[in-house]
Amino acid sequence: MEAYTEKIREAAQRLLKESKVDVVMGFQRGTVPMMSQPVLIRKVNEVERLHWDSYCGSNLANYLPKRKERIAVVAKGCDSRNLVVQILENQIKREQLYIIGIPCLGMIDRRQVLGALTGKEPLAVSETDSQLVIQGKGFEEKLERSLFLQDNCAICTHRNPVLSDELVAEPVPEQTEVDRYEDVRGIEKMTADERWQYFRELLAPCIRCYACRNACPMCYCPTCFVDESMPQWLGKSIDPTDTATFHFLRAFHLAGRCSDCGNCQRVCPVGINMRQLNKKLEKDIKERYGYETGLSLEQRPPLDTYRPDDPQQFFK
Amino acid sequence: MGIEPGRLHFSWISSAEASKFVDVARAVSDQVRQTGPASRLIKQLPEVA
Repeated sequence: MEAYTEKIREAAQRLLKESKVDVVMGFQRGTVPMMSQPVLIRKVNEVERLHWDSYCGSNLANYLPKRKERIAVVAKGCDSRNLVVQILENQIKREQLYIIGIPCLGMIDRRQVLGALTGKEPLAVSETDSQLVIQGKGFEEKLERSLFLQDNCAICTHRNPVLSDELVAEPVPEQTEVDRYEDVRGIEKMTADERWQYFRELLAPCIRCYACRNACPMCYCPTCFVDESMPQWLGKSIDPTDTATFHFLRAFHLAGRCSDCGNCQRVCPVGINMRQLNKKLEKDIKERYGYETGLSLEQRPPLDTYRPDDPQQFFK
Repeated sequence: MGIEPGRLHFSWISSAEASKFVDVARAVSDQVRQTGPASRLIKQLPEVA
């Protein structure tokens, strides 16, 4: 990870010095451990702030739509797929972007780490390829890295960027023996009553803070349907029907566009696994259209193209 | 998402297919009537005096 940091800084310095880009979008250390945060670097003498570790789970593609400058952006596999979709959807131009690709071994879920610390406060973290080292007042814990991955990273099948101008390291091996849809199949098997109950309970803790929407690189509408007031599509309360409608509709809006970067679940203050909704749609798109989000600039997303031979078994 | 089977229908009807539209609308409304009043995705507004 240290090596990644050096490579990112080196690339940023070169790009800014040669005036290839106006700004470098990357991560800096957070004010508390395990909270690396996005940063925009515009000057060569600021590149030392750039940092990389296993807590850079945020998706920087979220900050790109409609920007005008030339931007170098640090992108993991999932982020790069979102960049592809944003380019296809005319939110940003390929020529504006210089993509610093991160071959990714998965990001760490800080909540799971905090859980394992059982109340002890982490003050400094470091890591090796296989271990997380967490230090605090009077303790040092070594944790097995692979056990603390974010849920979406554990089942990721596209760890290497699909689009990049340079990579900070050699590509990492992709995971091939993972089952992405085990939980989705479980929900599909439920009866309508069970499923209704399941989603009610899944979404019950939601406080409608919209952190999931705000963190999502694909949620870039100037006015979200939940914020419209003329007409008002949806109540603003935490009425279960309003909340369910928000989550279901947002999931539909992401059909064939979500790369399962996990940012929604990551930022949820009440820990809702709304990725299950997105994964169901991801599975449907894959099965019906043979499409996986954002793997190539050559392929239009299935829901923004028309083909006379589109499969449409659900019509009658 | 747990809406009862039979309540939600999709159809593709051209503007030239008037009789198909009538048939589908009849069939849908018959089936929904059989399914009974909806209880899901219904919002209960608070009672005000």
